[in-house]
Amino acid sequence: MLKISDLYVAYGGIEAVKGISLEVPDGAIVTLIGANGAGKSTTLRTICGLVKPKSGSISYLGEEITNVPTEQLVKKGITLVPEGRRVFPDLTVEENLKIGAYLRSGEDLTEDFKWIYDLFPRLKERSWQPAGTLSGGEQQMLAVGRALMGHPKLMMMDEPSLGLAPLVVQGIFDIIKEVHKQGVTILLIEQNANMALRIADYGYVLETGVITMDNTGAALLSNEEVRAAYLGKKRK
Amino acid sequence: MKKSTKYVCSLAVAVIAVALLFALDANKTGAGMLISILQKSAILAVVAVSMNLLNGFTGLFSLGQAGFMSIGAYITAILTIPVKNLDGVYYMSGIAPWLRALKEGMEASPSWLQAIYPFLAMIVGALVAAGFAALIGIPVLRLKSDYLAIATLGFSEIIRAIFSSPQMDQITNGSYGLNKVPTFPSVFGLPSLFTPFIVAAVSIALLVLLINSTYGRAFKAIREDEIAAEAMGINLFRHKEWSFVISSFFTAIAGGLLAMFMRSIEAKTFSITLTYDILLIVVIGGLGSVTGSVLSAFIVTASKEWWLRFFDQPLIIGGWQVPLFRTGFRMVIFSLLLMIVVLFYRQGLMGNKEFTWDGLARFFRKLGKKPAQAKGGAEG
Repeated sequence: MLKISDLYVAYGGIEAVKGISLEVPDGAIVTLIGANGAGKSTTLRTICGLVKPKSGSISYLGEEITNVPTEQLVKKGITLVPEGRRVFPDLTVEENLKIGAYLRSGEDLTEDFKWIYDLFPRLKERSWQPAGTLSGGEQQMLAVGRALMGHPKLMMMDEPSLGLAPLVVQGIFDIIKEVHKQGVTILLIEQNANMALRIADYGYVLETGVITMDNTGAALLSNEEVRAAYLGKKRK
Repeated sequence: MKKSTKYVCSLAVAVIAVALLFALDANKTGAGMLISILQKSAILAVVAVSMNLLNGFTGLFSLGQAGFMSIGAYITAILTIPVKNLDGVYYMSGIAPWLRALKEGMEASPSWLQAIYPFLAMIVGALVAAGFAALIGIPVLRLKSDYLAIATLGFSEIIRAIFSSPQMDQITNGSYGLNKVPTFPSVFGLPSLFTPFIVAAVSIALLVLLINSTYGRAFKAIREDEIAAEAMGINLFRHKEWSFVISSFFTAIAGGLLAMFMRSIEAKTFSITLTYDILLIVVIGGLGSVTGSVLSAFIVTASKEWWLRFFDQPLIIGGWQVPLFRTGFRMVIFSLLLMIVVLFYRQGLMGNKEFTWDGLARFFRKLGKKPAQAKGGAEG
């Protein structure tokens, strides 16, 4: 579905991503794990058109999308759930969701609201509340719901577990699985390698802008090096 | 509160307002002060609401209002001054021949067309202002917060300098300004006193429709979080540009009204202090509240021009003259009030909420309960 080949991204003189290639097959959950500064977010932002790449190509459903503006990508079905949730704090939950469907304005959204509220009953209870008054976990639900309102085919999530309590993180990953069941392909970026690899079909390990390993989620999870570097297990 | 009750309340307020205007019209000489304050308030309300669209709803801190108002005011004035007064107005350098020809042509047109000229003049002024906004928006709207404010402020000062420059003598009459601008034309056969209120009401209604549309929601999303808004597929630049252009359009309409209200304009009127006055109204009313801006336009204008006037007169209590009560003291008190608002009541009158009858009823209920230790019940 999404294919990145030999992508280089630089901020000024500093190269954040140094020639990575990866592939997200249709209907899969693919995860990109790595420490701070490995270039995970940069990769996502480049796919979204928020940052221009230095070289390399990104294609989506066989179509070149390397320098396509964000707006067009959203229309094509690629949606980003940004890092740190970024809900619109002074707007109500319902308004937030409506903005998610911005490019489909004019259409009847009753069905979509029903879908989202079935998925997240908590949001329905709070539909009139300003989003800024929700808890972190609820805000993450809202961010996911808002992205779903645009009917994405590919949903990219930037560290959805950031700053959430372990119990809430579990809930968020359940949501990701649920969304995936609804037929959305997911590209997940995480520092919480344990959780991410557990639900992922395929995983890539990113280190200082280079992909050092890639394998199925389960294989990476049992890989000695990954366990040592990201899961806090001692080498034997 | 029941829906029908709310309609009755709103209708009652509208009827009272219209009745008041008719009463004022019948007693023009006695109520001159009140009329001019109400008219000025209505005009400033339009500017305040359009400034709020930009600053409060889209989150773009712009200080170019005076510049756009001056474009609207000058164009309206130039187009409406009657030909017979031209020589008196442009007594220094004369009027440019092409402009005179244009105006003579206008006066030769059929009378039904002449009746709508003042409105056409306002719209032309507004369109020119909107065109300028679109042009300068391209470079300027890429800037953020303070930088945007400085850039728009600079633009406004440039416009003012151009209008008062000697090179423009034959068009804007340079630093002498324009006078003998005809007063408000009448609409729908109503007294001309009604015109500023009708134009203001229509402008504000259009702005409210815009704010409540999908576009308006996108503006708010940009205000709240640009990155998230962009990720939702909202084109940041296009929306900011629209907000800027529409806001400038209505600001210039208000500028045209101001020219007709004051009957004479000069470049000095449109200095930074005018923008500052409007900013005051917006902040006191509450950033992000249309009703707040309208209410505060009336309250601020009335207190500046009227209620606080007594501070300017010498006050003698029991033979002792209270010091400080002299011309200009009113402005000191006004500035103090402003500081109090900014320090202790930062959201202004309405915060970012709109006025509703429910809200008013709740407010009075709370007032009534307070002595009896109100219960902190959650409201749904």
